Amino acid sequence: MIYWNSLSDFLAMGGYGLYVWGSFGVTALIMVMEPILVLRHQKNTLARLKRQLRAESRNTAE
Amino acid sequence: MKDRFNLYRFASPATFYPLAGSLIPYFVAVSVVFGLAGLYLGMLVAPTDFQQGEGYRIIFIHVPASWMSMFIYLVMAFWAAIGLAFNTRLSGMMAQALAPTGALMAFLSLWTGALWGKPMWGAWWVWDARLTSELILLFLYIGYMALTAAIDDTRRADKAGGLLLLVGVVNVPIIYFSVKWWNTLHQGSSVNLTKSSMAETMLWGMLLMAMCFWMYSIAIALIRARTIMLERERHTDWARAVIAGAHE
Amino acid sequence: MLNIIGAVIARDLKLAMRRQADIVSAVFFFIIVVSLFPLGIGPEPELLRKLAPGVLWVAALLATMLSLPRLFADDHRDGTLEQLALAPHPLGLVVTGKVIAHWLVSGLPLALIAPVLGIQFDLSADALLVLTGAILLGTPALSGIGAIGAALTLGLRGGGVLLSLLVLPLYIPVLIFGAGAVDATVSGLGGEGHLSLLAAMTIAAVGFAPWASAAALKIALE
Repeated sequence: MIYWNSLSDFLAMGGYGLYVWGSFGVTALIMVMEPILVLRHQKNTLARLKRQLRAESRNTAE
Repeated sequence: MKDRFNLYRFASPATFYPLAGSLIPYFVAVSVVFGLAGLYLGMLVAPTDFQQGEGYRIIFIHVPASWMSMFIYLVMAFWAAIGLAFNTRLSGMMAQALAPTGALMAFLSLWTGALWGKPMWGAWWVWDARLTSELILLFLYIGYMALTAAIDDTRRADKAGGLLLLVGVVNVPIIYFSVKWWNTLHQGSSVNLTKSSMAETMLWGMLLMAMCFWMYSIAIALIRARTIMLERERHTDWARAVIAGAHE
Repeated sequence: MLNIIGAVIARDLKLAMRRQADIVSAVFFFIIVVSLFPLGIGPEPELLRKLAPGVLWVAALLATMLSLPRLFADDHRDGTLEQLALAPHPLGLVVTGKVIAHWLVSGLPLALIAPVLGIQFDLSADALLVLTGAILLGTPALSGIGAIGAALTLGLRGGGVLLSLLVLPLYIPVLIFGAGAVDATVSGLGGEGHLSLLAAMTIAAVGFAPWASAAALKIALE
């Protein structure tokens, strides 16, 4: 079922290893980094909005 | 009258925000499942290509990334048309949430295209009609993002960006055909990236990876849309409730 | 309808004539950019002849871009644009007039000077004729498409750079067929096909782009 005979065969990609893994590596990097950055941005935005909301309600209470 | 009401209810951020929030985990899960299945078929099971050797395996990300980069631009133009026609707030947010992912897909398509071109054509970059069009598509994404980022007023940013998207989507076919003509005149590369007849497992692997990229894009765009939504609607009751209830 | 367009053209031309230095600067920008290329790549006539269409066209694209930020900005600053937008006649017609006026002061001078620059690149008489025709036919499309970008970026900070980012990718088809017409003539294939496609693009751009620009102006003025 599995096409490859050994792990080193798989990694060598018939001599195209650099190109194949270069493509997959950068794709994987982007598809991991983008969610991390987007989620971090979401967290920061939420925290900032929460601070603003608190400051506002404090001002109106005074 | 009732239909109209429902349409507006769905397009209202107050309903969309929690709905999107509960859908995101499913899109992530489906994306991971499709991705693993696609990688298993494409990288482990599929046989080698007799013309291109193992180098052809770049197809499993190159083609999905190219498809998504074009598809996302069309979806953005669709939202832009809805936004300009019905003046819905949601459409502008969706278009802006999709743009960075679309641009990254265009970049990935170029990057993998270059890494595929080097062993196949002997050059990192060839002025092939499709690669050139993809580069121009990336420029269009960058123009859209630069325009919306330069406008502070969100309503104007949405509408101006939407208009640019509609102008862009009308121009994409013209650009594509002119580049194609230019390429045939100047004797383009003779090797075709997707020409060779594909084995069935290869095709399935590619389709699964395309589904994975699709679901990934939806999930990312929904997360981004939720952040934009909260930021813009921060003075409304529902947004205040969400913000107050959020964990630090 | 033609009255409105004619009136706008006459008004814009009169305003442009007060600022002749701007027109002259754009023409000299075109001349200087084109003259820099032989200095950068060497004087071999064979090479220059091959590069001439592309060089002249890219320089023409950049030269027409120079005056675009000013297309609506002056009228916006003194409030004329608001009044034109509120006037009973469609804003698209006004923009059509402005596009034509822009072409008359930015595209037309380039077409007239291009054959002289073509001689620097050792182009044949045929090629010079086609070059002039192509620039005449193609630059109205540049003014039309450029008007959309100028309207979208009206009043924004860094508008000029942003404008080129938005507009240059959309100029690509005009560049391809404009340079292609001259190329085809040089190689003896005949540039008629390219020229007719260029004309079709110009008709489409001058017909549709003003209305898209009018919509963009209304968004900017809201």
